Amino acid sequence: MLEILDGGFLTTIQDAGRVGWARFGVPPSGPLDTAAFRAANLLVGNAPGAAELEITLTGPTLRLRRSGLIAVCGAEFEIWVGNLRAPSWHSVFVRAGQRVQFGKRLWGARAYLAIAGGLALKPFLGSQATYLPGGFGGLEGRALQAGDDLPVGDASAYSAHPAAYAGRVWPERDRPAYTPHPILRVILGPQDDAFTEAALDTFLTSEYELTAESNRMGARLRGAPVIPKMAGIVSDGVVAGSVQLPPDGQPIVMLADHQTTGGYPKIATVARADLPLLAQCLPGDRVQFRRKDPE
Amino acid sequence: MNGARRSRGARRIHRYPRIAPVGEAAFTVEFGDRIDEDLVQRVLSLDAALADDPFPGFSETVPTYRSLLVLFEPERASPERVERHLMHLVRSLGARPLPEGRLHEIPVCYGDACGPDLESVARVHSLTVGELIQLHTAPTYRVAMLGFAPGFAYLLGLDERLATPRLATPRTRVPAGSVGIAGVQTGLYALNTPGGWQIIGQTTLTLFDPEREPPFTLQAGDRVRFVASH
Repeated sequence: MLEILDGGFLTTIQDAGRVGWARFGVPPSGPLDTAAFRAANLLVGNAPGAAELEITLTGPTLRLRRSGLIAVCGAEFEIWVGNLRAPSWHSVFVRAGQRVQFGKRLWGARAYLAIAGGLALKPFLGSQATYLPGGFGGLEGRALQAGDDLPVGDASAYSAHPAAYAGRVWPERDRPAYTPHPILRVILGPQDDAFTEAALDTFLTSEYELTAESNRMGARLRGAPVIPKMAGIVSDGVVAGSVQLPPDGQPIVMLADHQTTGGYPKIATVARADLPLLAQCLPGDRVQFRRKDPE
Repeated sequence: MNGARRSRGARRIHRYPRIAPVGEAAFTVEFGDRIDEDLVQRVLSLDAALADDPFPGFSETVPTYRSLLVLFEPERASPERVERHLMHLVRSLGARPLPEGRLHEIPVCYGDACGPDLESVARVHSLTVGELIQLHTAPTYRVAMLGFAPGFAYLLGLDERLATPRLATPRTRVPAGSVGIAGVQTGLYALNTPGGWQIIGQTTLTLFDPEREPPFTLQAGDRVRFVASH
């Protein structure tokens, strides 16, 4: 069991997400930074999509009832295991009863904590991913709080002999090139024809600031307006990375908890490999969009 | 510099059906840009054809009023191959019988606490409440798509005399089971969510129950008749 002593600002359970329910209006959910999420799982010997904690801005305090192996990837925090600092992007042995405490956040927005064996809550529509607006998935569809006790799977060599697997590192060159000013590559369309050439140029040459209204549903940006030729379209399907433009011309990049359909023109879709860069941006950080070269 | 390199063909009116990439892991197949029954039928026919004949790496689909979003795993399927497969299915659609869809009778308590906007909607159209209910229960609707929120059903077939704009200020909470009108559409809320549709009634039917198989009562392509209950 993983015991939550303090939930932090917003800590949710996420796994690889829900597949097959979008036609019923259910978003995929899952981690915003898929690269850090995957790295944390692989460091502790889990399947790449096993359930983890997604930690936002202010980290939680946890306690392990049994000795285990954890890894934290993504945003950089001061992490204390007992009285010792533990590094990010490493597998770390935690003794039974020891506290794992997140201190100061050094950079980034979201960290992922994996534990060997993976979190083992009851899936909802085939997934443990938390979808806060629907109030389902994860633990009772909500953010974690003090007093929560999370079951951990124990079907791996890593969870049976956690100390033997400690100290493994995710190499720096394999981590996303995080920066507060990322360039996000986009594939134009499907409604790029809803914009004039001038509007498309504005979109591809301006800087956009992440606003505080952003959440797991979408990154709301502010900058040079990209006004669509029409106020809306007949609703069609949306994916994570879809860049919607409401009539005010301020882009919204749809994220894991996105609505499955939308009636604003979608000028482009952000490349999947670049969504983790956006996931780590804080309000005030600035992004730019560039056309992705064909492969 | 990126902008200067960009070369784009002359703008044209789309010929439908049109297959367009949606990022690296999805295509949209558009059949038009209107809300009408014919387009919905073609979307659902393609959806059924794809369910019968999926390609390796197929993930899921999202049928909408006028297009089918097709998601795939790029690790297992090349975009070229997916596009070819979709083109093939679209070309052979003509020969396919259109899906009939299951018929649901949905009991609705109209007005009062169940439908706080019923009287004002009736007033806008100079109808009595009874006439409004009659017009709303007469058609057999088609579920065009589910979206906006889990299980929210957009229905086609509203009598044009009942078309009503959305509320100027959306409600922060619309209870599950609410029946609403927005423009030429009528719809059903499966969960408690915020919402700006004019609420005229409520069904006691549970439209979403995760413990039930299937958890959602309605799916795209189903048909719906409303029955006034007391």
